[in-house]
Amino acid sequence: METETAIDSEYPNSNGHDQAAAQVELGRLPALIESLLFAAGAPVGMSRLVEALDGPERREVAAALKALTESYERDGRGLRLVQVAGGYQLRTPHEHAPWVRRLLRERPPRLSRPMLETLAIVAYRQPCTRAEIEAVRGVEADAVLSTLLDRRLVRIVGRKDTPGRPLLYGTTREFLEVFGLPDLSALPTLRELGEAEIVDAAGVRPPAVNGEGTEPDGTGAEPPGDTG
Amino acid sequence: MTVPCTVRLPIFEGPLDLLLHLIKRNEVQVSDIPIATITDQYLATLEELPELNLDGAGEYLVMAATLVYIKSRMLLPVPEEEDEPEDDPRHELMQQLLEYQRYRDVAVGLGERAVLDRDVFARDPERLGPPRPGEPAEPAVRDASLGDLLDALRGVLRRLRPPPVHEVPREEISIGQAVERVLARFADAEAVEFAALFAPEATRAEVIATFLALLELIRLRVLRAQQAERFGAIMLTLAVATVAEAAGRVHDLGRWSGEEGQHGDGDRDR
Repeated sequence: METETAIDSEYPNSNGHDQAAAQVELGRLPALIESLLFAAGAPVGMSRLVEALDGPERREVAAALKALTESYERDGRGLRLVQVAGGYQLRTPHEHAPWVRRLLRERPPRLSRPMLETLAIVAYRQPCTRAEIEAVRGVEADAVLSTLLDRRLVRIVGRKDTPGRPLLYGTTREFLEVFGLPDLSALPTLRELGEAEIVDAAGVRPPAVNGEGTEPDGTGAEPPGDTG
Repeated sequence: MTVPCTVRLPIFEGPLDLLLHLIKRNEVQVSDIPIATITDQYLATLEELPELNLDGAGEYLVMAATLVYIKSRMLLPVPEEEDEPEDDPRHELMQQLLEYQRYRDVAVGLGERAVLDRDVFARDPERLGPPRPGEPAEPAVRDASLGDLLDALRGVLRRLRPPPVHEVPREEISIGQAVERVLARFADAEAVEFAALFAPEATRAEVIATFLALLELIRLRVLRAQQAERFGAIMLTLAVATVAEAAGRVHDLGRWSGEEGQHGDGDRDR
């Protein structure tokens, strides 16, 4: 690695920095991660952080992330480190929203009740068809589904192998990002919300749990039926 | 100055939403709905709801019918020994309501989360760049909708059209000329198939002029268009004895014979 760095004369001024990066002191790790997350903007997965840091082990990175998360909250800073959509991201705290909104002069995205209800059904039952959504809500879902598709909160994940081959819908990475969810398993189980025996009777599956466990690792906690 | 008094009717997201509203208002359990009371209130609310759009009304009316049906079944005597919950006429509706209620609760929970770009903000993520080979691709692509396809088509068509150049002579074809061309096809044929009227190499203007000519000839009862079966071939036949007679009728009745068939073209057949 070091010989490669020396040969790499394309960026002669960065050589010294690259060499320094090869031996990260663990004490600097939280600040370094802060820089990476700031530069990235989007959620960054654990594996990509480890790759960029090039040295510290995964558990050391995880500890630094935890320390950074805690320091933001403890010191009442203007950022929070959140786990979202299979990665880590810097976001402004909720209570600062009025000022940020005024600065950006953007209207907040509208999330109507039909949209939220449809999203809830898709999130728990995915992949599911429009007819299934309509059966639960008792109203037609065509318009609201196309809005959600436009907003990229749901996507078409395939077709169901039944007569008519209806389209199957699932939630997207944007869905996790918009609602600040690390992955789909972060949704409360329906069992917690309603009477348990009804859940069984209705045959509702709990939200899909990714095989990768709860720790976001950058592989993007995607809904099941991804390949559908 | 008086403060305008606005009455806000609760907006219901559908029949199930309305039912849950009534159940809550009556302080009863979903598992033990007083069906007669709820049905009456449901029907009364339907009459109050102004301007239900037609689609929505259908959904509300189906539920009204279901409620009345359940109410009628509740009146029937139930055999003593059969006391399964599934035998309760309300069972299915109860299941449906409970399921909807659960998702409604989830929806409320979602709406209360710290929503990105509404409650919390992050930096513009565009700079991270696309994932490298071997990395899991993020689903930045979605399936193209019909609208997307049409947009793409529009783009292609825009590219196809050559830039307008004044010197390019436009090939003009008048409807009068097209009428003559169409009639000429019947000089040695009893019937001509619709599609055969349009040469593959015809320009768009020619196709449209030919089609308009065809409509005109049918209007003047010079040609007859017939189709043996739905989506079958459309056959065109002369509605008059000869092509000459057809041309004569076009000349007499049509408005294309005089001003449109310029340069004596229109007189050639006579």
